Amino acid sequence: MKTLVFLLEKEFRQLLRSKQLIGILLIAPLIQLILLPMAADYSVKNISIAVVDNDHSTTSRKLIEKIVSSGYFRLKGYEDSYKAGLKMVEQDKADLALHIPVHFERDLVRENQKQVFVAINAIEGTKANLGGAYLGSIVTDFNQDIRLEWQVDNPAPTVSVASSNWYNPLLNFKLYMVPAILVTLVTGLVAMQSAFNIVQEKESGTIDQINVTPIKKYIFITGKMIPLMVLGIVLFTMGLLVGWLFYGVVPLGSWWVLYGSLVVYLFSMLGLGFMIATYCGTQQQAMSLSFFFINIFNMMSGVFTAVDSMPGWAQAIVTTFPPSHFIKIMRPVVLKGSGFNDILPEILWMLGLGLVLNAWAVLNYRKTS
Amino acid sequence: MRQLLTGAAFSGSSEGQSSDVHRKRAIFQFALFLGIFIRKEFLHVFRDRKTLLMLFGLPIAQIVLFGFALSNEIKDSRIAVVDYSKDAVTQRLITKIGSSPYFNIQRTLASADQIDAAFKKGDLKMAVTFPAGFGDALIHTGKATMQVIADASDPNQATTITNYLNQIVADFNSELAAGSGQPMTILPSMQMMYNPELRGAPNFVPGVMALVLMLVCTMMTSVAIVREKELGTMEILLVSPFKPVYIIIAKLAPNLLISVVNLFVILFLSSVFLGLPVKGSFLLLVFGSVLFIMTCLSIGLLLSINAQTQQAAMTGSLMGMMLPTMLLTGFLFPIENMPIALQVLSNLVPSRWYFIIVKQVMLKGLGIGAIWRELLILGGMCGLLFTISLRKFKIRLQ
Repeated sequence: MKTLVFLLEKEFRQLLRSKQLIGILLIAPLIQLILLPMAADYSVKNISIAVVDNDHSTTSRKLIEKIVSSGYFRLKGYEDSYKAGLKMVEQDKADLALHIPVHFERDLVRENQKQVFVAINAIEGTKANLGGAYLGSIVTDFNQDIRLEWQVDNPAPTVSVASSNWYNPLLNFKLYMVPAILVTLVTGLVAMQSAFNIVQEKESGTIDQINVTPIKKYIFITGKMIPLMVLGIVLFTMGLLVGWLFYGVVPLGSWWVLYGSLVVYLFSMLGLGFMIATYCGTQQQAMSLSFFFINIFNMMSGVFTAVDSMPGWAQAIVTTFPPSHFIKIMRPVVLKGSGFNDILPEILWMLGLGLVLNAWAVLNYRKTS
Repeated sequence: MRQLLTGAAFSGSSEGQSSDVHRKRAIFQFALFLGIFIRKEFLHVFRDRKTLLMLFGLPIAQIVLFGFALSNEIKDSRIAVVDYSKDAVTQRLITKIGSSPYFNIQRTLASADQIDAAFKKGDLKMAVTFPAGFGDALIHTGKATMQVIADASDPNQATTITNYLNQIVADFNSELAAGSGQPMTILPSMQMMYNPELRGAPNFVPGVMALVLMLVCTMMTSVAIVREKELGTMEILLVSPFKPVYIIIAKLAPNLLISVVNLFVILFLSSVFLGLPVKGSFLLLVFGSVLFIMTCLSIGLLLSINAQTQQAAMTGSLMGMMLPTMLLTGFLFPIENMPIALQVLSNLVPSRWYFIIVKQVMLKGLGIGAIWRELLILGGMCGLLFTISLRKFKIRLQ
């Protein structure tokens, strides 16, 4: 125990000595936390639309007016032909093109039905999906309107939907992103610093001085872990403060649950960092490997795209990523106020992964080279 | 050998102009010298197998994982049903909802009070409630309202699945009306262009290309120079009579080569495994890519000049570049939705322009007419950054 105290003293001194590094480590993530949720705004209010109206009737004009005034679409211009409309989509000037054919109004009245054509740029899947769905529901709405206006009887019974959105009634996407971005920032910090920290000692040769002492491997790793854990907790706390100050995000769940799972998460991510360090001889290698993992974690853990949309094999891989579990904890606890029992499975996963990774690191750490 | 070369380079720069023979010899010696420098850098890079593995392994793993795994498609959303009415109409509606590919009815809740707890557990996305007497109301008054509650902590998903449900109900309504006939129906005919199956890959591959090339180039370059500073070998390079610009060129050469190889690997993988061949001109895409790679190398150079330790250089390129590149490139979130300040900021991110180039040339098959502006911007950035870093490259260490 006494050894651990001395080791901790050494580690904390080393960490606190380079004030510049501490500054970069804490300030850079916080600036990102302030800026990035604004960038990650996937509200679908700005779908740009090119309109080709070959009918020029009252009905077609009303339909266009209804689409534009819905607030979801931004009119990018009127084109003369469907071909010109498609060109707008091709050049990325419009996300979708709406074509109202000639005799739209006449055929609607005479033949009781008429098609309108919609071409959507589907490279961005979500936007295409939502754009199509919104346009579809606006057209349905509009249909009701003109039936009323033309005094057509609609004797058929109708089911209507009253929908409500819980936990985030204003559909503010930033609220959803703030907890997840905080997780990615903490991930980047701890996974990289833990790998660096050990490899630096390897490179400068000071690790040999520790290796010749009777310090046990697990005590050495614990000594490395605690200061970085403190650093992670400090960053997390500052991040929550930033989230509150800039985005008004106040965790609804209990602080104990939040910080308890944070500690388990840090334990598992630091284990990963140490495991990486045991395989690396130079800082460049440590950086390369931790970058490899951080990048894949960030993209696949459900920060930006839902894990549920992935195929089964990919979901199975993602289960072995500690950040995916911590994100599954952070979002419900912060936004919905989920309790300990709700997130227990995720905590157990993180704990299990952490034990495996740390055991791996300790077993692979050779005191003799 | 070293002595000889140094002497030769000296004579090459000072006395070589006297005659044609001398000039030729000077040029030859210069090329030899540059060749040796470049060879040294290549040895540095290729000696470190682990880093090399990462350099080529990362893009491959990312293209395969992201290409196959990432998707924006929302289907099989787990929902719960609370049916207080339990009649033929609600039964029909529930079957209809459950048989759609978008929904997966996870369970039936006995009361609406259980919805909150189910949402908090996180295994439900939406709850549909039918009030008592739903079927009766529909038959007798011609109107009935069902309640849909979405877990909007993920607002995007909530909106999409609420929309899907609305479409299903609209479909149900027109089935009901089939007997009486719906007058004046506008039928929207939707055509999904470029990516009819709404796969994630077409959007993510260009994004990943931009991301990987940018980060690999920036990081590798910045570390390569700072490492020599840290180890003290930079001094040896600087006391050589070789101009700093050639030292820099020699440093950049291996990274340029690695990045181009990476580019070809990515293009090969995406066309073979993801079915995304280069639709437009291959040469044009390569030209744009090389321009982008050079820009990123210049950024790495600039970072290395300001950083004192490898750790600072890596932290700077990783923490400072990764998330902004991811977000401001525009492949995850549309740039036009961002606040003006961020839109302006995104103009400074080279990958944003490269992303457009790849989308236009690779996915849409457009020619130079569609991307000349982006090429010009990248060219300008590259020239500017390279000039600045050249100016700031210090010949002395302290």
